[in-house]
Amino acid sequence: MRSEFTRLRAAVALLLALALSLGVVACGSSDNSSTSTEATATGSSLVTNPKNAKISLTIGSKNFPEQEILGEIYAQALKAVGYKVKTDLNLGSETVAHQAVKNGTISGYPEYASTALTSFFGFEPEDVPTNANAAYELAHEEFEKEGLVAFPPTPFASANAVGTTKKFAEEEGLKTISDLEGKSESMTLYGSPECRQRIDCLAGLEKYYGLKFKAFHPVDISLRYTVLEKGQADLSILFTTDPQLAAEKDKFVILKDDKHVFPAGNVIFVTKLSTFEKAGHDYENTILQVQTGLTLEVMQELDARVELEKQTPKEAAAAYLKSAGYVG
Amino acid sequence: MSVASTPAPVFASFGGAIEFIFTPQTSNVTGGKAVGGLSQVIELTVTQLEVTVLALMLALLIALPAGLYFGHRGAGELLAIGLGNAGRAVPELALIALMAAVIGVGLLNLTVALAILGIPPILTNTFVGIREVDRSSVEAARGMGMTEFEIVRKVEAPLAIPSIFTGIRTATINIVATATIAPLAGVATLGEFILGENVYGTNGVLAGAIMVALLALALEFSLAALQRRLTSKGLKLSPT
Repeated sequence: MRSEFTRLRAAVALLLALALSLGVVACGSSDNSSTSTEATATGSSLVTNPKNAKISLTIGSKNFPEQEILGEIYAQALKAVGYKVKTDLNLGSETVAHQAVKNGTISGYPEYASTALTSFFGFEPEDVPTNANAAYELAHEEFEKEGLVAFPPTPFASANAVGTTKKFAEEEGLKTISDLEGKSESMTLYGSPECRQRIDCLAGLEKYYGLKFKAFHPVDISLRYTVLEKGQADLSILFTTDPQLAAEKDKFVILKDDKHVFPAGNVIFVTKLSTFEKAGHDYENTILQVQTGLTLEVMQELDARVELEKQTPKEAAAAYLKSAGYVG
Repeated sequence: MSVASTPAPVFASFGGAIEFIFTPQTSNVTGGKAVGGLSQVIELTVTQLEVTVLALMLALLIALPAGLYFGHRGAGELLAIGLGNAGRAVPELALIALMAAVIGVGLLNLTVALAILGIPPILTNTFVGIREVDRSSVEAARGMGMTEFEIVRKVEAPLAIPSIFTGIRTATINIVATATIAPLAGVATLGEFILGENVYGTNGVLAGAIMVALLALALEFSLAALQRRLTSKGLKLSPT
């Protein structure tokens, strides 16, 4: 009895240690700090302000290429106007990034207004305004209650989308998601592991379109086109900013979301109010200035550089800032 | 109990994770549908176990005969040990992605990827276990007129059981722990909780980790019991 008790205690202790170490891993991140960029302001449209040198900023991002590119663009631009900038990209999910900005681990990160509303503030997808500014105002109000500030949105918006091969869409006569009614029972859907339960993913397709699929398979998001190309997936959850949709127009198509289950989100930069006040006007102005060039086409092109041409997000961001004339 | 409007806690609590295992919880991103709870936990635990057993079987099927053969022949040491060590360094996710382009994602891909993780410890430990069997015992067996196959089956393998089982137990732990990446390859295991923080919250992540740890302990104890059964009486007297 006694030895069994000791063993149990040892097992519990082991468990705790395991859980703790896992927790630490989950909260940590691959640390890309002290990133230096080649970009320096030399008489270009971003002007160095020596006063900014006293202020340190850490720019974060979530864990997929588009986010890292955005994080790099903001970080390099802020560096160009004189701030001391570190990056902490690839933070993980939105929950992690949100916590990181709230507790000051990072100064700010780019978030999709729609994601903020549905994931952080409990909005249903149908309640997310389709108008970018209206969604921004709403998110701004909610963030304010948490002591955070959101800057106005980028020109481009990104959303989840149900995608398939052009061949399959033509064979089955699919143009909108509603066209799947009565057919989806024999089709397989692939999406991220979280997709199954998310209202802006499978749960929404079931709830609002009343669709049932033959099977839902979770996959890593980097495989979202592979499963279509292999002919394994009939349908796959894609992103509207995916470069493949522009580069391979005759291969992949997305089905129109006619019931608005997938709210489109423009990117808003989220930062702490205290950081915002300390960093001065250059902080917001720089971010707003460099994101004016980020249209859907430009974002797709930048995503293509990283996802298809295997450039690093840092290189893609530097190329963008240079070609758009923000840095010399 | 937390309700949807309260912000998710930064750090998971042990109590919260235990509650997640037994009772469905609210989630911010599911449109009101509850997540977690005993039925989902059991379902995912069963899949995790299935995937683990399948991969372990495949690993055993390849590594055990190879280890016995090379160990008995006393040859291929470089191959057995080298392959074993190289196998440890294989990045699982990259492997899955690589195979996804050839055989697609799903159970087959996953089983192969996880088996590759299980082969090195079984192969190396079997090889070493057989090599360490006292040569005079083997010579005695040969002198009694045993065939080579009989020597392996009746002398070398029973004497190498402790070492072979060390390999199998290591492989099992490697596989069961790594089977948490299955949701990235088309199969929903307990990894769904661990990878789905936005849906399941930090308590869900911890709950997934706890379940994987419990499963690993359960497998470890079962294999230890099996090992005791298979070890010959003579060997049990000597401290291992």
